[in-house]
Order: sequence, then structure tokens, then C-alpha cells
Amino acid sequence: MYQYTDFDRQFVRLRAEQYRDQLERHLAGQLGNEEFRPLRLQNGWYVQRHAPMLRVAVPYGELSSAQVRVLAKIAREYDQPGNEVFQGAIAAQNKLGDIQLRDGKAIGSRLTTGYAHFTTRQNVQFNWIPLDKSADVMDLLATVGMHGIQTSGNCIRNITSDALAGIAVDEVADPRPFAEILRQWSTLHPEFAFLPRKFKIAITGAREDRAAIAWHDVGLQLLRNAEGTLGFKVLVGGGMGRTPVIATTIREFLPCDQILNYTEAVVRVYNRWGRRDNKYKARIKILVKAEGQRYIDEVEEEFRQIVERDGAPHTITAAEFERVSANFVPPTLTCDRKSADAKIAHILKAAAEDDVEFGRWLQRNVSAHKNPDLRAVTLSFKRLGQSPGDATAAQLDAVAELAERYSGGEVRVTHQQNLVLPWVRCDQLAELWREARHLGLAKPNIGLLTDMIACPGGDFCDLANARSLPLAEAITARYQDLDELHDLGEIDLHISGCINSCGHHHSGHIGILGVDKDGKEWYQVTVGGSDGKILSGDPVPGKVIGPSFSAHEVPDVIEALLDTYRAQRQDGEHFIDTLRRVGSDPFKQAGQQARHDTGHEAATA
Amino acid sequence: MKLLHADTAATQPQDLQTLVLANDADPRTLTLDGVVRIDLHFPSFTDGRAHSQAFLLRRRLGYQGEIRATGDVLVDQLPLLSRNGFDAAVLRADQDLAVAERQLARFKSHYQGDAVVPRPRFVQAA
Repeated sequence: MYQYTDFDRQFVRLRAEQYRDQLERHLAGQLGNEEFRPLRLQNGWYVQRHAPMLRVAVPYGELSSAQVRVLAKIAREYDQPGNEVFQGAIAAQNKLGDIQLRDGKAIGSRLTTGYAHFTTRQNVQFNWIPLDKSADVMDLLATVGMHGIQTSGNCIRNITSDALAGIAVDEVADPRPFAEILRQWSTLHPEFAFLPRKFKIAITGAREDRAAIAWHDVGLQLLRNAEGTLGFKVLVGGGMGRTPVIATTIREFLPCDQILNYTEAVVRVYNRWGRRDNKYKARIKILVKAEGQRYIDEVEEEFRQIVERDGAPHTITAAEFERVSANFVPPTLTCDRKSADAKIAHILKAAAEDDVEFGRWLQRNVSAHKNPDLRAVTLSFKRLGQSPGDATAAQLDAVAELAERYSGGEVRVTHQQNLVLPWVRCDQLAELWREARHLGLAKPNIGLLTDMIACPGGDFCDLANARSLPLAEAITARYQDLDELHDLGEIDLHISGCINSCGHHHSGHIGILGVDKDGKEWYQVTVGGSDGKILSGDPVPGKVIGPSFSAHEVPDVIEALLDTYRAQRQDGEHFIDTLRRVGSDPFKQAGQQARHDTGHEAATA
Repeated sequence: MKLLHADTAATQPQDLQTLVLANDADPRTLTLDGVVRIDLHFPSFTDGRAHSQAFLLRRRLGYQGEIRATGDVLVDQLPLLSRNGFDAAVLRADQDLAVAERQLARFKSHYQGDAVVPRPRFVQAA
């Protein structure tokens, strides 16, 4: 992974120093809330429902074990609210009530402290750090080259990529050198710090889109043209929120060394033309939709002027590309595959329980690798008792150790809120599985129903209309039978607590969206969304199956949708295939039939 | 960078050689002959359109005169302003000049090129 130079390290330290200066002026009353707000946001500091939230940047998802240990330390020592804050939060959440389940159980808010949360944009969040300690945390992060630069605010955000970047078997070229070069170019860009709205870039180098690039403000896909030259397909104007839009391809092929110059043109036209009168119409997707070809023409003209009049100053030189690429040379690992096969066979022949579980883990959590001696292993952070993507300090420390012993000291945060160990030797799979299982991180559910995406929702987020986490827990609890889970097969369940769509409900095969009606929590359910990966098909937002449901009804509605799939499916069909073949009507009907007879008022009382 | 305080600076353009530009204007449509000062306006410090205007004036059009930031100009935006080609800023009345100087002095160099140092660090270093 990318190794920081002295310049990079000093830059992050200066940023931490600048933030401390701003925080101190704020705490001294010299910098008002409104003026401090964009400054703290551009360092990753929100003020949420109960406490501040920190979003730490993880550029394209890559973390070293040393960085994971610092995240563990922050979770342990700083993700700790004062008693008054915590008791106040519990009291506020208790007022929201429990979700009553069919079997008589009830699930409510369960606020926890001392942990980190992995986000769909491959970042890491903390929910309880007091603001007066925020500058100390930035200093601590800076010791391992970490920060919260541009993880929020109306600027170019942290750049995301395929969690299998550089190791995927279907890769045209490794996107990480370009992601890193883009990270550096966008870091503290003076012209683009106050855009009309946030600006998200995703980049993939693979044939299959595992980075949901069409759902981003800018989506980049590496490809080779007929002459074999490496370049980018450039998509602009995708986004979720209240107006889901699939990005428009504005360049079928851009030579790869021009990506900074071209992105500069894309963002400059947006900065000049994007709407600033209405924040719901300020994203670039609205501009691209409104202006269409006129926007594209203006970008091309601006790009031409950058090249011809400005002299294309940000053309990526061969020397710089080589310098950055040298950081991404794979570790030289080999293994004795004969012994690996023997070890795997030995476990599969051992106790029946291990046989099934290890076999399933190999199938679900272990991915193919460019290097035939290696595998990528996904550690599942989707298990009963902890919210999707949550990791305690002790788990983070354990992950750091696993990464060191089994994965060249590297771990990656995935878009699906899990962690990937990218460099695992085949002959160590069995040992890794045993240890991961011991840590509760070997649930063989990757890609399955319980590997759901969920935002923090109404338990933490100030924007949320409804809670995501109790629903996630209710559905996880209902589908604990691994036989059933594997029989249901691959399915994307995405839960957002509000229309801002951090839980990507638009792109779920089943999407759940929290809405607010009369101050109560309600949920809209959609089916048929796609993030753009092969299983899901061309990217498209899901369709609503009817009026919203009460929280108590949602687990039953999900069950009804899954039962409909099981009743209708043909051989080998996934949920999404059946849905596309038979249409959404049977699913809509099943959803409506799952409404409770007691009526909504009774159900929410 | 020339820092002017709102209550001491003459914020009104003094002569015909000063151009006052609304922040949705395209500077490339202007005639700049004889213009010695251009005022670019920040209705709010979070409205970043004037940053692109300054860049275009300084870098694209090669304008050599003064580019002055007016309106909601705060000390924490000064590092951006100076890199985008502004060489004068009328600070909002409540801003502290000492704090302003401290912000301008912090970062000595950056990754990307800008209106003042056009080439990115990776080219300068090579």
C-alpha cells in the first residue's frame, strides 16, 4: 500500500495543527458555530444526535495494521461519552420504543461505546468522542498518517475503489495508483473547497463494477482501447438521495494521464454552474440532468482550454506514475499449494460441523486472487449482537494481528462494511479460519441476506427519520439458520434511516428507507435496485412496493418478499433474477399481505 | 497578500479602472484592458464561485492587476484565496489580523498546482 513520504506526513501534521487552531478559537468563542462548522466538517467532525461524530478517511479503503491499532486505541480511549451525555442519549432513544416482533420479542435501541464503524464509502466512524478532545484525536491519527480531510463538507470527498483492487482476477489495471494520485490532487484543492455540494469519486480497474461507480458524482473505470492504451471511461452525475440518478457517460475513453486535468474541468464547470439556492438541487446530478449536452460541451471546452491554454499542468508524468505505482507492488508471497490442499482436505474430512462451516466459509468469504498462491479473505462484521460494520477496540486489535500474521500487514474496508485481508496464503487459510471463527469474524454470510448494508440511522444520526439498526438486528435474528441463509442465496439488503441514502437503499435488491410521519418511524420498502455488479445487473434504483410500513411490520414484509422468491424461483435463480423475470407485482402483493391486521395506530402505540 | 480591514478599507471601487464582478459572471467575457483592480464577491464564505473566477482571471487570462476578495471574507479562507490568485482581501469587520497572518503562514507547499504555482508538486519535485 502507499507509504507516506516526509512531505505527506508533514502535511497531515500541519492539517492537525490547523484544526487545533480552529477548535481552540471555537472553544474560546472567537469562531462561531456557523463559521466553525464547514471547517470541522472538512476534517470529518459532525455534531450528531447525541454527540460529535468523527469520520476518519481511509483512502480507497486501505489500512495498515499500525493504523488499525490506532483506530482501536481511539475506540478504547476516546469513543467514550461522559455519563451525562450517555444517559441522556439512552433516555432519548428509549422514547422511540421497541420494535415488537411476531414471536413476542422486542428490539429497541442498544447504544454501545468504545467501537468503530465501517461505512459504505470505506471510511471509519466514531460516535462518542467529545469535541474538546477532537484535536487530540487528530494528532493521534496523524502519527500513522491518518486524518479526516474532506470526509465531509461540500468538497471532493475521500475517493473509494474496489475492495479487491490490485488483486481481482478480472482487473484490467490496478486503480490504486490513480486513486492515490487523485487523492493527492484533491487534498486541500484551493478552488474546490466550497462547491455547491459534496462531491464523491469512485474508481475501479476491474471489468465488474464492485465500486458502484454509476452511483457517484464521478465514476471512473479503467479500460484499454483498441490500441491497447490505458484510459478511463468517465461517468458524471450519479447519486442517491431524494433524486436517485444513474451517472451519464461523458467520455468513453480518456487517456489515463489526463485524468487530473479532465476532473478539474468537470469540477470547475460544476463549481461555476451548480445550483446554490436549494441544497436538494445542488448536486452535480441535477446540473447534468438539467443541462445535458450543454454541460458536457462546456466540460470538453474547459478541458481543451486547460490543455491548450494552461499547458495541461496536471498531466500525470511517467515518473510520478512509477513512483506511486512502486508503492503497490504486491508482497512476494508463495505457498506450497500441495500442502494447502492437504490441509483444507483434512479439515473438510474432520468433524461434521467443521466440514460444513469451513466449506461454507471457503465458498462465501474467500475470493480468488491474481496470484494463484493467494486468496482474499473477507472478515464478516455482520453478526448477531453487533450492528452491521461495527468493531470493538478488542476486535480491531485482533484484526491488526491477523493482518500482520496472514495478510502482509494490510486490511481493507469494503463498500459492504466488512474487512478484507487481501494477501492470504492458501496454506494458511485453515489457521486463519480457526482464529477468525474464534473472534466471531468468520460468519460465512458474505453476499447473503444478513450481510446487509445499514447506516447508523436514528440511533446516532441527526438527519435520520427512523432507526436502521434495530431493524437490521430483527432481520439478522430471524435469519440465523445458515442452511436457510445459503438457500436464499446472494441478495443485497440495504437499509437507510433517511432519504440521504447513506445505507444505499436505492441500490438494494431489497431496500428499506426510514421516513417520518407524524413524528413516528415508518419505512418504505423497494425492490429491484442494483449497484451495478454482475449479480445485480445494470445500475438502477429500486421501485417502491406500496405505502410505508411500521417498524413492527418490516421484518414480516422482508420475510414475505423472500418467501415469494422461494415460491417463484426457477433453478439457480437469485432473488434479483426471479424478481426481474416475474416482475414486482407478486412481491408487491406479498408485501401488502404482510401488513398487520391490528392497524398502524395500534402497531405503533 | 494585502489584508484590509472592512472598517478601514475603502470597499467602494474608486475609479473606472476597478471592475466589480458578480460571482456568477464569466470573467472570460470581459474586456480587461486598463483594468487595475477586480473585486470578486463572497455573499457567504461557503459560496465558492469567486474562487474559480479568480483562477480563470489569474491563470487562464493572465490578468496582472489586483484581485480583491470582498464580502464574507474570513481568516480561515485566506490560504485558499491567496492560492487562487487573490492578492488582496477585505476581511469581515470582526476578523483578527494576527490570526489571519498565522493561517497564511502554515502550509508552505501543496500537492496540486494553483493560480500562483501552476505546476503540481510531482512536477516541481522532478
